[in-house]
Amino acid sequence: MRNIFLFIRRFSNFLLFLVLQIIAITFLVRYNKSHEAAFMGVAGEVTGKINQRYTNVNNYFGLKETNDALVKENIHLRNLLKENYQSPDTTQRFVIDSIRVDSLLRIQKFKYYDAPVAGNFMSAQNNYITIHRGANQGVKKDWGVISAQGIVGRVVNVGPNFSVVMSALHRQFSVNAMLKKGGERGSVYWDGESPLFLYLKDIPKSAQVQKGDTVLTSTVSDIYPPGIMVGTIAEIINEKSSNFYKLKLKTATAFSNIQYVTVIEDLQKEERSQVEKEVKKN
Amino acid sequence: MSPLLKNITRFVLFILVQVFVLHQVRPLHQFVVPYLYFLYILWLPFNMKRGMLMAVSFLFGLTLDYFLKTPGLHAAPCVLIAYIRPFLVNQLISQEGAEQNYASPSVKSMGWAPYTTLVVITTLLHHCYLVFLEWMQFDNFWFFAGKVLGTSAVSLLLIFITELLFFRKEKFRTNTA
Repeated sequence: MRNIFLFIRRFSNFLLFLVLQIIAITFLVRYNKSHEAAFMGVAGEVTGKINQRYTNVNNYFGLKETNDALVKENIHLRNLLKENYQSPDTTQRFVIDSIRVDSLLRIQKFKYYDAPVAGNFMSAQNNYITIHRGANQGVKKDWGVISAQGIVGRVVNVGPNFSVVMSALHRQFSVNAMLKKGGERGSVYWDGESPLFLYLKDIPKSAQVQKGDTVLTSTVSDIYPPGIMVGTIAEIINEKSSNFYKLKLKTATAFSNIQYVTVIEDLQKEERSQVEKEVKKN
Repeated sequence: MSPLLKNITRFVLFILVQVFVLHQVRPLHQFVVPYLYFLYILWLPFNMKRGMLMAVSFLFGLTLDYFLKTPGLHAAPCVLIAYIRPFLVNQLISQEGAEQNYASPSVKSMGWAPYTTLVVITTLLHHCYLVFLEWMQFDNFWFFAGKVLGTSAVSLLLIFITELLFFRKEKFRTNTA
């Protein structure tokens, strides 16, 4: 017994070193798996508040870009209004082809919430964005996040007033996307190199692809509504050994100066995941 | 300023500079991330107990981690260099009893060559371990090698500039006073 105590006293520094290393690595491994870590909730609130201070100042320098993006989005939405479509002759009949706004919200699938960006880092291999909207304001895990220009990421951790979003510039991020022209689906991922480019894989070689083509979120994506901009094709990588193209996409979102994002709630998600889970069980 | 207050101020300043200046720089290349924050651990006083040194470094690394949402990734290399630092200082110090006569490692207390060696070895160790932890998640050897070299080069440059800009006047302390 005495020897054990002597041993511990003698190697106390080394033991402390080992203990601290084990704690650190446990944190890291657990966070990579589940995006939860000890004190992350409290720490998230504190760092979020400090980040918010910095962003408040920093946002002034990006007001012009933000304004431009909002104007463009408004113009895009204005072009969709039914008042813009008018036929001069009577051979064509005008039919309103849209849902009635139902007061019971039984058929609404997506609901949008705004959120200011509180912190944004993009120099690592796994990048996260902090947004100033949390559980108290109704945000939940796994909601999609978009900006005025395109997709941004997915909510991974929710605190009372701040939430952490896994950016599309993250090695574990993946989303189902399609070509606007042909509708071929593939999955989008980031290779960790340049924050300006994403990759789209599994596009069959039968697809018509051209530089500059638009890529949108697909109809089977489980967090985004279909038709949200992902990016435009910058390079077509033709791998001779496979039947699929790998496409290099220029991101639609300028990740370095996002100031406001939109958080998307999928109101029918639970039903969908429940049905899918039941199939997997069998 | 008392040493305790000075080190607390440095703690806050190093974190703020790392998070809000160096990490806000637009990524230059995937191999280059400007790291300067671990200089704080090199600047801690000689007379700190090793256990204390490691505990402070762990806390320091973890604080940075909570800002960058990577819990543990920076804390682990910080503890490593805190553990190694006393060994290196003992090996490298040239003047007899410099640890008693000066407060903390610096160009003045250790001399140019030993201090540079200390900085280079700690920087390389820190980045090797940090990138190794990242590498475990992605496995690509060239990424590992390139990133260690690129990041170390930028870190050394930053440390050199910092040492020149904030030259620490270490007072020579004698036992007689």
